[in-house]
Amino acid sequence: MNFALTDDQIMIRDAAESFLADVADSAAVRKAAADPRGYDEAAWRRIAGELGWCGIPVPEAHGGLGLGAVELMLVQEQIGRRLLPSPFFATVCLAATVLREVASDAAQAEFLPRIAAGALRASAPLPSDAGGWTAAASMLRATPESGHWRLQGVAERLPDAQDAELLLLFAETADGPGLFAVPAESQGLQVVTAEGWDGTRRFSRVLLDAVLPDAARIDEARRADGYARSFALAQLYVAAEQLGAAQQCLDLTVAYTATRKQFGRAIAGFQAVKHRCAEMMVRIEALRSAVYGAAAQAAGDAGVASLQLECAMAKALGSDALFACAQEAIQLHGGVGFTWEYDPQLYFKRAQASSHWLGSADALREGIAGRLLAPDNTPPAMAV
Amino acid sequence: MNLQSTAADEAFRNDIAAWMRAHLVGEYAAIRHRGGPGDEEADPALRKAWERELAKGGWTCVGWPREFGGRGLSIEQQVIFHEEYARAGGPGRMGHIGEGLIGPALIQYGSAAQKQEFLPGIVAGTTFWAQGYSEPGAGSDLANVQTRAERQADGSWKVTGQKIWTSLAHESEWIFVLARGEAGTKGNKGLVFLLLPLAQPGIEIRPIRQLGGGSEFNEVFFDGAVARAEHLVGAVGDGWKVAMGLLEAERGTSTLGQQMHFLHELELVIAAARATGQDRNPGIRQRIAQAWMGLRVQRYNALRMLSGESTTLRREALIGKYYWSNWHRDLGKLAMDILGPLGDVPSDDPAIRPLQQLFFFSRADTIYAGTNEIQLNLIAERGLGMPREARPAVG
Ligand SMILES: Cc1cc2nc3c(=O)[nH]c(=O)nc-3n(C[C@H](O)[C@H](O)[C@H](O)COP(=O)(O)OP(=O)(O)OC[C@H]3O[C@@H](n4cnc5c(N)ncnc54)[C@H](O)[C@@H]3O)c2cc1C
Repeated sequence: MNFALTDDQIMIRDAAESFLADVADSAAVRKAAADPRGYDEAAWRRIAGELGWCGIPVPEAHGGLGLGAVELMLVQEQIGRRLLPSPFFATVCLAATVLREVASDAAQAEFLPRIAAGALRASAPLPSDAGGWTAAASMLRATPESGHWRLQGVAERLPDAQDAELLLLFAETADGPGLFAVPAESQGLQVVTAEGWDGTRRFSRVLLDAVLPDAARIDEARRADGYARSFALAQLYVAAEQLGAAQQCLDLTVAYTATRKQFGRAIAGFQAVKHRCAEMMVRIEALRSAVYGAAAQAAGDAGVASLQLECAMAKALGSDALFACAQEAIQLHGGVGFTWEYDPQLYFKRAQASSHWLGSADALREGIAGRLLAPDNTPPAMAV
Repeated sequence: MNLQSTAADEAFRNDIAAWMRAHLVGEYAAIRHRGGPGDEEADPALRKAWERELAKGGWTCVGWPREFGGRGLSIEQQVIFHEEYARAGGPGRMGHIGEGLIGPALIQYGSAAQKQEFLPGIVAGTTFWAQGYSEPGAGSDLANVQTRAERQADGSWKVTGQKIWTSLAHESEWIFVLARGEAGTKGNKGLVFLLLPLAQPGIEIRPIRQLGGGSEFNEVFFDGAVARAEHLVGAVGDGWKVAMGLLEAERGTSTLGQQMHFLHELELVIAAARATGQDRNPGIRQRIAQAWMGLRVQRYNALRMLSGESTTLRREALIGKYYWSNWHRDLGKLAMDILGPLGDVPSDDPAIRPLQQLFFFSRADTIYAGTNEIQLNLIAERGLGMPREARPAVG
């Protein structure tokens, strides 16, 4: 039992931290968010190229690094700190994870090497329903027609899909939900992108009335657990971003209060200010413990049931902690905290937007309670 | 990062579980899950006998080095011991002040003669200790202690003053006292750390009734009480260093055992929710899930702490006390909200009594061992480098 990061993990984290300090300061992030693409193409090319981040969760057999949830979590934490707008989250944390956990060997062999090489931008839905991907399937229907599939309906809330080449869509079929690999270039497909308050991550809806080849359906019957596993992992990666973002709210606040003087002294010296920063740190370290713990479970041999609980926990705590820290950052900055110019507003908007991704804290807690209070409950729910 | 345990660890785990199954039976069955803060009045005599039973099995002072009578367990094994002890319902330890506080302090700062005189009685579960730090005028500001220790011609010390909130003094043979050994000194200068037998003419112990009705702590009055010359720990003026070192001696290995006990309490809370139908109340369901998450956080936080994940700042260690104590207080309120009117009447029902004790006693968790406010000062100052309070904060 050892919770320490390995040297390699520390190296990955530190490299991510220094790279992002270079390419994703506040000015760069604001510029990228305003770009027609929604991200900085040069930074993405380096992430996808020399840094090799896209290969982190991809098995070596598919040209990846064969690393796992811990390494991806560490990178996500750093990305969250900077609110880096990038296809990375949608491509690697969502699409590659869904492919790994749900798709057939053939589909994995087709797409994962291209993702690992940074040669393919992909997206998949990021629903606001705690119940799993099936909610994402309900508005899209797939019907078999001689030798091909017809997909009709809407897929909602695809992050950074405005510029993706591959869309992974969940659709209702006669035998339950299925996973479809849909090239963004397909005929009969329209991507409608909205610009939200949180400019650092765009969401699209995809309108479809498209005919796709038979091979477009890529889910694998024996990986039925994969739906729940990939959903849980995605929650973990969002929670890791929230952790990084919350940490940045605290760092900004500690730095600002150390220099801002009122009543003849730095406001950091007032106990009301100190205590609220300390409370931010308590929430952040608690969240860090939860995120690290859930990642260690994911990298270990946790069964799907406990993985779901652990990741739901991390995401629920992440939503609450980030919002609390973002609103404190505004408050403790005073008037400048209310301006467009200072950064707390960016984190505040991300806090609200991400609060419901893959389930709001309330919904996730209700799910956990359902498990703890189920009539037949014995471990794993209570296992410590 | 690796959550797996080795085969040897698992075998060790099974050994302890088997030992507990074989020994926590017969007369001792009555004190399963009993004792500990808030329940210290549960059969102290039997719980002292249990300490000797533990000692016979070699299960006291498991983290102490072998040369001092300990078992010399590794950190991992200590964690496993504390977990299995609590999982089996092991009684709250009467000997914890000796084993966890004064013993390690003597190992670090005591003379050879002091080690020889006092450590064996702690290991054997025959000598019990009380902690005499707080005074009416020295609580959070511990360095303000005013109890006087005057050196006599024969080298012994005459102690005059008052300690307060002294847990279990009425069940103890010895007390360690932080006193002012150099007249006219202020703050943390000039203090001495003395060991005194409680049964002597110059000492009077008066119980203080707590808000839950019991009297687990006391006032201790010193009126010319005597500490022998060889019972000064460290040198004159070292009192503060020894007193603080002792508070830091606890390395967190018992935290995971404490969590096992908290899990037991959470299970009682869930059972109460089922029994009362409150398990269908959406607000209660939210709070039960929140409590479960808080317990997971504590576990992972302790694992981070024990593996030294953030080697320099130890941020997880800094938040530990504040986090668990507030979590525990919330759990007590949740328990009583679930019980509703059933909680309003003092009860002997094993499904209710522990929850009432939890509710009342957990109010103390955010006061002793550094109040919430002092913890937040420490977190801000040590963890975030924010300006210090006017006087150095005390842990
Ligand atoms: C159940 C229990 C068992 C105990 N057992 C022992 C024992 O065995 N031995 C022993 O020596 N002591 C023991 N104590 C005493 C305990 O350590 C003290 O109660 C504690 O240190 C607080 O001191 P105080 O009670 O004097 O409160 P005070 O220090 O007077 O605090 C009152 C309030 O003021 C706040 N406050 C004080 N200073 C500051 C500051 N700088 N900034 C902001 N707020 C501040 C506090 O947080 C608190 O809310 C025990 C206490 C309890 C409740």
